[in-house]
Amino acid sequence: MSIEVITPGLCTTVQDTGRFGFQQVGVSVSGGMDRQAVQIANMLVGNQQTDAVLELTMRGPSLLFHKDMLIAICGGDFKVTINDRSVLPNRAVWIRSGSILKFGLAKEGCRAYLAVAGGWDVPLVMGSRSTNLRGGFGGFAGRMLAAGDKLVQSPPGSFSQFLANQLEKKAGAAPFYQANWFIPSSTSVKNGEVVVRVIQGEQFADFSEKSRQSFFEQTYQVSPQSDRMGYRLTGPALELTQSMELISAAVTIGTIQVPPNGQPIILMADRQTIGGYPKIGYVPTIDLPIVAQLRPGEKIHFQEISLRDAQKELIERDSWMKAIKLGIEVTVGWR
Amino acid sequence: MWQCRYSKMEGKTLPRYEFSPLGDSGVMVKLGEVIDQQTHEKVILFSEYLQEHPFPGMIESVPGFTTVTVYYDPITLFDPLDDILPYDRTVAILEQMSQQISSTHSKEYRLVEIPVCYGGSFGPDLEVVAKQNGLSIEEVISIHSTTEYLVYMIGFAPGFPYLGGMDERLATPRRSSPRLSIPMGSVGIGGLQTGIYSIESPGGWQIIGRTPLRLFQAGESSPSLLCAGDKVRFRPISEREYDNGEKV
Repeated sequence: MSIEVITPGLCTTVQDTGRFGFQQVGVSVSGGMDRQAVQIANMLVGNQQTDAVLELTMRGPSLLFHKDMLIAICGGDFKVTINDRSVLPNRAVWIRSGSILKFGLAKEGCRAYLAVAGGWDVPLVMGSRSTNLRGGFGGFAGRMLAAGDKLVQSPPGSFSQFLANQLEKKAGAAPFYQANWFIPSSTSVKNGEVVVRVIQGEQFADFSEKSRQSFFEQTYQVSPQSDRMGYRLTGPALELTQSMELISAAVTIGTIQVPPNGQPIILMADRQTIGGYPKIGYVPTIDLPIVAQLRPGEKIHFQEISLRDAQKELIERDSWMKAIKLGIEVTVGWR
Repeated sequence: MWQCRYSKMEGKTLPRYEFSPLGDSGVMVKLGEVIDQQTHEKVILFSEYLQEHPFPGMIESVPGFTTVTVYYDPITLFDPLDDILPYDRTVAILEQMSQQISSTHSKEYRLVEIPVCYGGSFGPDLEVVAKQNGLSIEEVISIHSTTEYLVYMIGFAPGFPYLGGMDERLATPRRSSPRLSIPMGSVGIGGLQTGIYSIESPGGWQIIGRTPLRLFQAGESSPSLLCAGDKVRFRPISEREYDNGEKV
């Protein structure tokens, strides 16, 4: 046993970067909502980007450590303490057995990620460790964590061990030690209003001119009925020039579909594989972390982006991520 | 990637496909305008080809009624030596593939028999369907279980089949207020469609029976009992056979 859940938080699940290859039989991709935070948290502890982390939502858990471990926290800004002393996000932290890691309420953003060296050891189900809440499989017993659950860490790799030893030495007799270097948070998690870019969808031209204008000029608010499946928005109703019966087909993460009530829904990690509503647009991969960190009541302002620019930015971000990985290795003297 | 077993099709040439972006990591390939057998065969043929010839950067493909959607990784499909958009490169690959598919559809397919215990506590709405259509309960069961259905696609929930071919004599509107929870394996009718709830879920279909078969088993090498392109036939069984977990 590595850690024990004292209080579970609002919705704490095991996630990785998603379950691929089974959408053709109706299985959602799932995975962390803020995939970039998942990847950076993993990098900070020397893991593969696809290793399993914990996803915390709005109110985080309290966890008792039964083992010395190397951890990192990324994503939304939660009030985090170890034995009642503040811990900073976006850096490697060595934590001693017997310590209590406690997450409070999210101060900014909606979701945070806890990575441990080696990743969380839950069974690989159809190629992924992500929790599929609706199907009740994957992750930790196919469900959210509950008080008393015990999680185990997979064996850390050699780079993780190297980093852990370094921080353990610096800790001396203290219960924890956090690295004095960090990764600047890439998505600014700011409460209030955010700009989210949109690639035009297949039915964009089928919406009335007035609706297309409102979509980009007005703001939309995140409704409390938003979850890992999708963000329901409220704002000016979007109307088609004529009603259309679409044939259901595959939908992707970031798809902005418009049901008959005219209120758009952004499909997220636990979306269904098939959908039949008109698609006004798609949030590009590069901006999905921004959406993932929005909470009910916050506002979105949509701005158009071309497919070309969306793909270019994605490629640039990939180079940036590779540079970060190398930077970490150089900083700690691994290379 | 796990693969569905598709029936072999040979000797048919596909017409040109229509491509459109689905976000920044997907291409939707449209193979027809209406839901029919001919378009369905094209969809299955193309899906089968993609499964057998995945290209570098391809993540997975999802067959629909009239479309096949291909998910890809823009990073892998980007070459710093040229300025070709990953989307354009993917479309070019798929276009080339379309020219290589030339075969005739042999009428082979997989027929899956699904035992159903009709009526009683397993099918609380069987009577509603009968009354609505002026049929006896026996007639409803007989019509429902003598039809051969086509699995157009799997979606909505893990292992949930979209079946085509229900007899119009059984068409029944959905319940005015949906049930909060319908047990796994329930067989229902909603409008002109029939189907099976692959997992427990809320729903508004008229429930006429239940199968003891599991349509979806997470973690199995083939997690879904059915695949797009299969044919399905329902076989009436008794409550006792249901309890014995009647297998295909």
